[in-house]
Amino acid sequence: MPTLSEIKKSFLVSLWFMFLTFPIMVIRVNTTEKLVLWRWENMLYIGIGSFLLSFVWRYLLWRKETGKKDTESGGTEAPPFFQRILSDRRYAIPAFVVGIVFVVIFPFVMNTYQTNIMITALMYVVLGLGLNIVVGLAGLLDLGYVAFYAVGAYTYGLLNHHFGLGFWIVLPMGAFMGAFFGLLLGFPVLRLRGDYLAIVTLGFGEIIRLILENWNEFSFGPSGIAQISRPSLFGIQLSLSNSIVYLYFVMIGMVLFTIFVVNRLQNSRIGRAWIALREDEVACQAMGIDKTRTKLTAFALGATWAGMVGVIFAAKTTFINPASFTFLESAMILAIVVLGGMGSIVGVAIAAMILILLPEYLRAFSEFRMLIFGAIMVLMMVFRPQGIVANVRRSYKFQPDKHP
Amino acid sequence: MLRVNGVSTYYGNIQALKNISMEVAEGEIITLIGANGAGKTTTLMSISGLVPPRHGEIVFRGKPIQGMAPEKIVVLGISQVPEGRRIFPYLTVAENLDMGAFLRKDKDNIRKDLSYIWDLFPILSKRRHQAGGTLSGGEQQMLAISRALMARPKLLLLDEPSLGLAPLIVRQIFEIIKKINAENNTTIFLVEQNANLALKVAHRGYVMENGAITMSDSASNLLSNEAVKKAYLGL
Repeated sequence: MPTLSEIKKSFLVSLWFMFLTFPIMVIRVNTTEKLVLWRWENMLYIGIGSFLLSFVWRYLLWRKETGKKDTESGGTEAPPFFQRILSDRRYAIPAFVVGIVFVVIFPFVMNTYQTNIMITALMYVVLGLGLNIVVGLAGLLDLGYVAFYAVGAYTYGLLNHHFGLGFWIVLPMGAFMGAFFGLLLGFPVLRLRGDYLAIVTLGFGEIIRLILENWNEFSFGPSGIAQISRPSLFGIQLSLSNSIVYLYFVMIGMVLFTIFVVNRLQNSRIGRAWIALREDEVACQAMGIDKTRTKLTAFALGATWAGMVGVIFAAKTTFINPASFTFLESAMILAIVVLGGMGSIVGVAIAAMILILLPEYLRAFSEFRMLIFGAIMVLMMVFRPQGIVANVRRSYKFQPDKHP
Repeated sequence: MLRVNGVSTYYGNIQALKNISMEVAEGEIITLIGANGAGKTTTLMSISGLVPPRHGEIVFRGKPIQGMAPEKIVVLGISQVPEGRRIFPYLTVAENLDMGAFLRKDKDNIRKDLSYIWDLFPILSKRRHQAGGTLSGGEQQMLAISRALMARPKLLLLDEPSLGLAPLIVRQIFEIIKKINAENNTTIFLVEQNANLALKVAHRGYVMENGAITMSDSASNLLSNEAVKKAYLGL
């Protein structure tokens, strides 16, 4: 593989980089002593570094291409790693036991900070799975998903502030409000698709945020709502650290519930209608699928999860203001869905963990962490565009012996 | 079975169909021929409800269906094979067919229909676990027809099944169309550019020009009609 032309290309790349970085890496003007420092050795480092990077890049790309050819000629593709592990009983049972033990003891072994960021990661797992319904299954690009999250959070914040309603009463109300706003967004965008849909949903997200920011009498504007009560356990108020542990287990339950429901939805009639809608809108109508209802249920059911997580978010932070619900949040959730693999539940869960926990643990490299984060995203999309876990749909099998 | 009465359909301000009327009897193969942009596809879209007509009425088995939602029309027994096939590219062949039976809940009959499809197109049964998008053009057309059949239609609307296919495959598909009509007594409404072939399989034909029906006769009469010969058969 490492042909001469590849080496030549890498060499040219390194020359180009040396030229580009020349002014900032080589020349240094010392204004106090009126000297110009020529740091030629930096140029050498850059040349070698960029040559190696470019070469490794080319090598990996080559590996990827030939790998694809192998599976094409081989005919059968090996099942993905996770499916292989989970289908083998020898590995599956110990893996499950270890997983359960880890999940149960986590908040008791780790400190409050660790538990807190784990709760955040779990919240994003649910958000990702919710958005996955809209984007991954129904194929509707929604850039304003955070609006429903905000709706949930403000439902709890306002009801708690004005009427003192508790967490468990508001949780289903948050889900309902999320679904309601999902429908509200769904109606005007029924006829839109692709780019237009993305822009309208983006606008919707911003509208919700701007209303919350400017309607002071209703939402207390940018100052937000403070002192929202934490969830209570059968009416007992817990201490701060206990309530974090409690919230952690609530969140674990929530994730399991979401995975269960989304999995059921995926294999249901409505799930099949979503997939048909994603693949071809005209054909989907010709099959007798009600386009209007299918789109609206996708928006409503997707938004339900955001509404619920919004309530949990408000209960976790005890303070909410519109700054928590910017477009960046929507982009983050969308990145989780795309990175995890559209339509794949396991993939979305893993991606949420990575995208939320990674920046936290990279705090040691504080000023580089977003750089590393971005680089990982780019590499991921180049080398694994199908996501961490490619979605393997359950396919319908028919008896092969009758009609060979 | 189907009566189209004075239908006019518009795309915005542009009138695509000008007061057209036609009649389809049970068990017939009817063909609608005409040049590009004559309004053939629009006629089908108006019947299947994808582009509802502005004026006129469409009566299917005694029930007016103009302006009904497309999914309600499918329930009544009108199934459409859209122009350009439009199969679901990332679903397997079997899943595509399963989508065709979306509105049905009688599992035993669905299974029966499926094995009928496998008999009708043995090649599809070989490719049943392959993604629809990886099939050849001819296979995709077969899949599109099969998918529409999975809804057990009483009236099958076919939009240019010969589009972009080799002559040999086209002939094969037309044979199957005849077979479907003969075996299941499925009424077929065939829209075609390939007037010669279409008129050979059909019982009756309509000729369309600039959004209006200009001629209607039995297929054999149309085949020998001088004007049709000159305009559409290239003789």
